Amino acid sequence: MIDLIVQNPLTAALFAMVGLAVVFGAVLGFAAVKFKVEGNPIVEQIDALLPQTQCGQCGYPGCRPYAEAIANGDAINKCPPGGQNTISALATLLDVPAPELDAEHGEATDVKKVAYIREAECIGCTKCIQACPVDAILGAAKLMHTVIASECTGCDLCVEPCPVDCIEMRPLPQTIAEWRWELPKPPGEQVRALKSADIIATDRTGSEQGDRAA
Amino acid sequence: MRKIWDFHGGVHPQENKRQSLASGIATLPLPEELTLPLNQHTGAPAIPVVALGDQVLKGQLIAEPVGMVSAALHAPTSGVVTAIADRQVPHPSGMSTTCIVIRPDGRDQWCDHQGLAEPLAASGDQLLARVRQAGITGLGGASFPTAVKLSPRQTITTLIINGTECEPYITADDILMRERAEEIVAGASIIARILGDPQTLLIGVEDNKPQAFEALEAAATGTGIEVVEFPTKYPSGGEKQLIEILTGQQVPSGKLPAELGIVCQNVGTARAVYRAVVFGEPLISRITTVTGKACASNRNYEVLLGTPVSHLLAHSGFDPDRCTRLVMGGPMMGFTLPDLSVPVVKASNCILACDASESPAVAPPQQACIRCGLCAEACPATLLPQQLYWYSQARDFDKVQAHDLFDCIECGACSYVCPSNIPLVQYYRAAKGEIRKLNGEKLKSDLARQRFESHQARLEKAEAEKAAKREARRLAAEAAQARVADGAADPGTHQPGSADELIAAAMAKAAARKASPEQQQAKLERGLELATSRLAAAESKLTEAHANEVSGEPLEKLEAQAEEARRKLEEARRKLAEFKPQTSGDKQAAAVADKIQASPREQLEAKVATLTKTMAAAREKLAATDDDAIRAALEQGLEKQRHKLADAEQQLAELGPEGDQQPGDPQILDAAAAAIARAQARAAAATEQSPAEKLEASIESLTSRIAKARDKLATARGEGSEHVEVLQSSLDKLEAKLASAREQHRQLRDQPQHNEVERSRP
Repeated sequence: MIDLIVQNPLTAALFAMVGLAVVFGAVLGFAAVKFKVEGNPIVEQIDALLPQTQCGQCGYPGCRPYAEAIANGDAINKCPPGGQNTISALATLLDVPAPELDAEHGEATDVKKVAYIREAECIGCTKCIQACPVDAILGAAKLMHTVIASECTGCDLCVEPCPVDCIEMRPLPQTIAEWRWELPKPPGEQVRALKSADIIATDRTGSEQGDRAA
Repeated sequence: MRKIWDFHGGVHPQENKRQSLASGIATLPLPEELTLPLNQHTGAPAIPVVALGDQVLKGQLIAEPVGMVSAALHAPTSGVVTAIADRQVPHPSGMSTTCIVIRPDGRDQWCDHQGLAEPLAASGDQLLARVRQAGITGLGGASFPTAVKLSPRQTITTLIINGTECEPYITADDILMRERAEEIVAGASIIARILGDPQTLLIGVEDNKPQAFEALEAAATGTGIEVVEFPTKYPSGGEKQLIEILTGQQVPSGKLPAELGIVCQNVGTARAVYRAVVFGEPLISRITTVTGKACASNRNYEVLLGTPVSHLLAHSGFDPDRCTRLVMGGPMMGFTLPDLSVPVVKASNCILACDASESPAVAPPQQACIRCGLCAEACPATLLPQQLYWYSQARDFDKVQAHDLFDCIECGACSYVCPSNIPLVQYYRAAKGEIRKLNGEKLKSDLARQRFESHQARLEKAEAEKAAKREARRLAAEAAQARVADGAADPGTHQPGSADELIAAAMAKAAARKASPEQQQAKLERGLELATSRLAAAESKLTEAHANEVSGEPLEKLEAQAEEARRKLEEARRKLAEFKPQTSGDKQAAAVADKIQASPREQLEAKVATLTKTMAAAREKLAATDDDAIRAALEQGLEKQRHKLADAEQQLAELGPEGDQQPGDPQILDAAAAAIARAQARAAAATEQSPAEKLEASIESLTSRIAKARDKLATARGEGSEHVEVLQSSLDKLEAKLASAREQHRQLRDQPQHNEVERSRP
């Protein structure tokens, strides 16, 4: 055996390489079948970052379709409810620069709003129930409807179909439990916020000097 | 002497405790109004159990806890509930929340309350229930419901009573330990009983409170409780820091001390537990330090919960002009009060009215971080504050969490040592708040996604069900058509099941009926039969009318009917004839034709049988009835049937030889058509006959019938049948009829012209 290899080194090497190729090919082929990943995992990750308001402001019929579109190369700045936070998170995930929110799709608001049905005016047409993407409206035909505020994503989709315009978007009142400390202002802004008496003359801004002159 | 450990970092700020320790605990006169926020504790807000205008007594429950982590609320004095509304509360946000407002009536009248004289004889559960009812929360500052903390799932081996009070200015615990040491020790024993008597009972006191230490030592003698003194350092009063000092164990990140078998309670809490268990007094007051240079008198007060801070300050010589900052809590961890009207709550251990020398109105400007590392040296939680600051301001929340932001106890040691005056803790608080908010939003968005997905799934399911139904209907229709196309050869094999299938089958049948020539032919043949029988009926009526000498309008009507029936019959025959050539080549058509051609004989036989049966029934009726009119009617009917029977028998006799002929010759075999032809011929003959001839024919038939009847009567008489009388009467009638017919015939012969004229009338 050894002699044979020594006498035919080229052939022996060739056989060894082919043998290795076959073995590793089999292993890789098995792994490809056994550990196959179903679906596109990046879509799941993108979908997890989107705010799930299902509002359709991005131009897609829900958050998941937009996630799929992003995975296929669409812009990441079309989600007003998510705002800059979502854009930054998406940018980090996809390792791309974070753009500003595309104003074409709407403006980001800090105030969360939920739909509110003025129940005295509701005629019970069920149109808003059909429009709600998260089943947050309760009611039956010819009976008054109402919004489950805790389930409402504030997507706005129920406002338009209402034939009597009894749905409005109301801002959620902020409660003490939801209150958060704010980040201190950057040092430069802190200086400007000081009372003019507390800072020396050369620190004063142009506008303050103008005020004084006037 | 117990071994004392040290914890990492820490600072030594100026203590400033002496000012407020000059005098003992004082009480205050009742304020105008007590404002009791429903959420003075960590967890869910309590639910009010009193209504507006209710008279309440001191210690009466006014709001009950809801859920697991919550605490009850009691009236601190007797009075009237004047409002349950939003009021500003001591909170850094300066926001309002629901409060119960009580106006004291000045009597300070207790409600019924009863304590346990021998608390250590009671079971742990009983004691715990009392703690829960008393609404006790941690009085050290975090205000966590004590009953929850005292019911851990783990076995507790060490109970630590925290008498450290490391924050500058605050002396509430110090004065309490000096003056109420026995109560604290008794409370500690009760807590130990609730926790299942842990082996180690410790009270930790910093060495800057020697009087408190001595008092506790004296009180604890013989109780098994060890009072431990250790060097002063801020923040040794932190729960995790105190555990490390006294036991040398570090509580791992994200875990609770209970998981190490350790529970910590503040000395104030221990005393509140004692009062609640032994006297049945709920938590309605606490010791609060009022200090700071803006107050003339610095001391500790036993304050009713809900007392406005302004009331407290008014009795302490507060000078608003000197005050630059009014802080609730200590200088390190406290927060600036937004307003003087806010009440003292369960967590308020100190009101600090600073003047400019203690706290400048404007904080020195923040400068850039120079990475000096002092903060990391000072951090008692061994974190890297400069990194936390860096990532917090960049809003890089993943990184900031990777640096264990949530292990920060917000003690302020880092800010204290920072040479650049960076308000580090503010950054951490903001970052924590933001992360909590994002997590909350994440939870909500996950819920929304779930709801959206199930909404979509529901719509899809409904759509799929509809599509499946449509498909099933289509398939059923196709299958039914296929069956029909395969031939009606075995129509019995299909058992229709569901309504859908039935409908499909019916539709298919309708389609097949349209399509299949055999069926069409059969239909036409049925029409022909119907027309024939109608014509026969019309003719028989006509004949009868003639026989009964009916004339005028009724006769014309009958004649018109007969004419119509004939026309219809003609049409049916024509249609059938038109149809037949198309299908004559068809094998199946031939088979159907066979069937129909074979039937006339059977039909006739059946007819004969039916007629015989009907006649028998009629005869019986005739025999049974006495009324002459009915009898006459019945007899007439019987007569008609007899005629029909005779006809049918005759036809059958004619058909007899024909039945043996070759099938396939439709002209001959169509017996129905033949019968029609005969009937028509007869009808035509009848119409063509003159009345005289008609009468002659009827006389003839009557004669023959009389002969038959006579024969029958003779046989009946011979057999002694019961029908004899009936037969006799019918014979009499026939004879009478014959007589009248003969009479008519004679008259007719006399005046034939007149009759002709009458007949030709339109």
